[in-house]
Amino acid sequence: MTTRGVPLALAVATAGYLAGAVAALLARSSRGARWAAAAGASLGSLAALVLAVQVLVTGAPVDAGIPGLLAVAGGVVVRLDGLGAFFLAIVSIIGLPAAVYGAGYSADETTGHLRSLGFMLNMFLFGMSLVTCAGNVLTFVLGWEVMSLASYFLVMVETGDPETQSAGLWYIAMTHFGLVLLLPMFFLLSSSGGGASFADLRLGAGMLTPAMRNVVFILAVLAFGSKAGVVPLHVWLPRAHPAAPSHVSALMSGVMIKLGIYGLVRVTLDVLGGGVVWWGGLLLAVGSVSALLGVLYALMEHDLKRLLAYHSVENIGIILIGFGAALVLDGYGLRSAALVGFAASLFHTLNHACFKALLFLGAGSVLRQTHTRNMEQMGGLITRMPQTALLFLVGAVAIAALPPLNGFASEWMVFQTLLAGAQIPRPELAVGIPMAVGMLALTSGLAAACFVKAFGVTFLAMPRSERAAQAREAPLSMRAAMALLASACVVLGLGASMTVPVLYRALEGLGGVSPAAAAATPGLWVEGAGRLAYVSPPLLAASLAVVVFLGWLAVRRALGRARLTDTWGCGRIGQTPRMEYTASAFAEPLRRVFAELYRPAEDLTVSTHPESRYFIRSITYTSEVHPWFEAVIYDPIIGGVRRASTEVRRLQGGSAHLYLLYVVAALLGALGWVWWS
Amino acid sequence: MAELSAVVAQTLLAVMLAPGLVGLIRWIKARLQSRRGAPPWQIYFELRKLFAKEIVISRTASWLFRAAPLIVFGTSVVVASLVPLVFIPVAFDRTGDLFAAVYLLLLGTFFLALAGLDTGSAFGGMGSSREMTVVALTEPTVALSIFALALTAGSTNLGVIATRTLADPGMALGPAHVLGFPALFIVALAESGRLPIDNPSTHLELTMIHEAMVLEYSGPYLALIEWASALKFFLLLALAANLFVPWGIAQSLAPLDLLAGFAALTVKMAILAVAVAVLETRVAKLRLFRVPELLSASFVLALLAVMSTMFVR
Repeated sequence: MTTRGVPLALAVATAGYLAGAVAALLARSSRGARWAAAAGASLGSLAALVLAVQVLVTGAPVDAGIPGLLAVAGGVVVRLDGLGAFFLAIVSIIGLPAAVYGAGYSADETTGHLRSLGFMLNMFLFGMSLVTCAGNVLTFVLGWEVMSLASYFLVMVETGDPETQSAGLWYIAMTHFGLVLLLPMFFLLSSSGGGASFADLRLGAGMLTPAMRNVVFILAVLAFGSKAGVVPLHVWLPRAHPAAPSHVSALMSGVMIKLGIYGLVRVTLDVLGGGVVWWGGLLLAVGSVSALLGVLYALMEHDLKRLLAYHSVENIGIILIGFGAALVLDGYGLRSAALVGFAASLFHTLNHACFKALLFLGAGSVLRQTHTRNMEQMGGLITRMPQTALLFLVGAVAIAALPPLNGFASEWMVFQTLLAGAQIPRPELAVGIPMAVGMLALTSGLAAACFVKAFGVTFLAMPRSERAAQAREAPLSMRAAMALLASACVVLGLGASMTVPVLYRALEGLGGVSPAAAAATPGLWVEGAGRLAYVSPPLLAASLAVVVFLGWLAVRRALGRARLTDTWGCGRIGQTPRMEYTASAFAEPLRRVFAELYRPAEDLTVSTHPESRYFIRSITYTSEVHPWFEAVIYDPIIGGVRRASTEVRRLQGGSAHLYLLYVVAALLGALGWVWWS
Repeated sequence: MAELSAVVAQTLLAVMLAPGLVGLIRWIKARLQSRRGAPPWQIYFELRKLFAKEIVISRTASWLFRAAPLIVFGTSVVVASLVPLVFIPVAFDRTGDLFAAVYLLLLGTFFLALAGLDTGSAFGGMGSSREMTVVALTEPTVALSIFALALTAGSTNLGVIATRTLADPGMALGPAHVLGFPALFIVALAESGRLPIDNPSTHLELTMIHEAMVLEYSGPYLALIEWASALKFFLLLALAANLFVPWGIAQSLAPLDLLAGFAALTVKMAILAVAVAVLETRVAKLRLFRVPELLSASFVLALLAVMSTMFVR
């Protein structure tokens, strides 16, 4: 207990989440459950935010815990340092609007599952907060599992349809694949360190041979990568995220997958101390592939929420490009340049949390008002849901990395890190870095195209279905939650130079990083590595605003006399939504360009008149894009598991005698082993 | 303060000269095709005429359609303030670098593509879709060309790149410059909708990209968009000219230097205008699905520019 005021915030946060969870379960009405859950989660996340900000401002870590609880395994120990506080802040910044939004989002539902929804939401937030505060392995794994299980149940809230059930199965399988690798990783570290606190792990890592350190790193990449959604471990992500209620999707895409990044940074940089070049190279390669494949599959998606889920894969890739490039720089001893990269990846983590949560909440509002996730059924919502549309647009501009919003600032820093990496005269980097730059640039161009499609088809032109035509603006609580996140995107973008020192503070002391050199006075400029390149989002925004205003003055009078008329249509009589460009049509050129990758399954059926084949009665065209590499990788694994379980089933004879024989055999075996060793 | 007013003046100069460049190319093309052609300054009359006309807006269109031309024009002008044309700004160089310039132009395209979808016409959607495809595919080349320049200069800020090349002229003959220039030239043509990617002088529905996207605009709005795309084209060519061949550009605000800088800019842009006009007279427009091949070629050039620079070090 270092400071007196801080554990109070910790206590309030814990109490808030747990009380919210219990109160939601015990509430008499579903309305009560809704508000109890929202109130608990809001209180918890506000208190956690206070705690995180305090740690980031003072720089002094917070220690607390209940060593008596589960003492055999080391007890529950809380130690919140800069890095943990940064991720706790992310959990809280998204947790608060998600809780508020949830209260409005589920207002129409009166079924009993609102109670479990409220309980699970609070436990989910609690678990995620615990992961960031964990001081030892037990606490970390405890939080990790609470988070994973709570989110599994949240995905399964709307059970019934087989798609959700399959999504849940994929999710639970992949998350436990991660856990299975997480435990041996911690075991390797703690067995040589003699304890299970992160300080002991650090000691243990120092005593490992380089080969074992590599094993630990690979385990960390697989375990945390499966949580973060790195290609090819991302398969659960586009399935599970759309199935959950939208505020839960926002938390899963915005926050939970970021804790995979947290784990990776914690183990690679803090525990192992970084410093190995090929680790960075591996992450750089994995990140580039994830970013590009994520956005390419997002482009083919017409389900608004699945599209956003694929963009999470893309952005995790961008985060890893920054982190990997920074590790490479670190490996070559270029500490101050590496620091820019570490900060860039953390910054993009925070930024992605904000705009992805905003977009998922926006998609949720659309889904709630139109009752469909299919973009081809939407359209015209900009006049029916004007505020939701504007807020979604802010998120779209931010995620497309366009200035002056936050996505641009962090992606700019990632580019600068790559540029610093290109100054190292090594042949492997001379090939790797330009490829990474090309893939990152292609990713951001395609992301812009994808969000023109997502926003344009969803919100613009005429409604494509009756349901879209009937849509009304979302309730105030939902809009308020989105407005909070949209202003975060603007503030983080314009105030990027103010945010960067906070990122350096979060990185202080990790792997020997001393940010004193980099923590310059915040001006209006964001700096690249080595203070060689600069950009100033606020100045760009200000000059853009001035010119736009002058332009408006020039057209203002003509605009006042503007004549409203029909869209020009080559002499046709009436404009109908069927004349509009669809999402499939929009993505068609890119689908052709990347046909080798997509390998679309197309089916064209033309039925003609029996008299003449020039009279066509109907044309049916279906085209589907399935990620074929998933089948290549996962089908053998699933088949193998099936076969293995069939074999194992032979052990299960159903006779009690047989089972007793197993018990005796196991006992004798164990005794024999003890005897021999 | 002197530099601020100089930057503003330089920006205004770009804004005023940009339509002239487009007019000049049209005139040279006409001459090459044995036509008399309209004089280069004809385009200014066209803009003035458009500003005096009424605006017609589709009933389907939302506020986004009304805002997009202003944003497109705004982003082009802001980029103009970043590019060293006549002189190299020192203090204002830090406002934005090459990445900022490219992403600002992308911001404009993003809104214009949305506006294309906003009216609900099939033409607009088709234009938006194709424009975003071409833009997305040019991005890697643009980023790598920036990289090729930044590698030798150590910075992505435009003023720094130009100053470094002036200080060390041997660099300009390095592979980064020799291979990077054609790469950037190809994407400059692609991004501003010139032949062989898009034909700026046709409204033929099956071939057009940019013109389809802005089909619904009229009057002052159309003027703003045309002006902005002329400015974008001017700036992309000016970038290619002044970053790869910065000689002549003023490094101080002395009147004689500025005059020399202006003369140098005029000469460079005139040479590029002739090059574009000759090219557009010689080549036919590519089929849309052959465009990616050209863009991949430019990407490979840019990749080679960066890789060879890194290898020869």
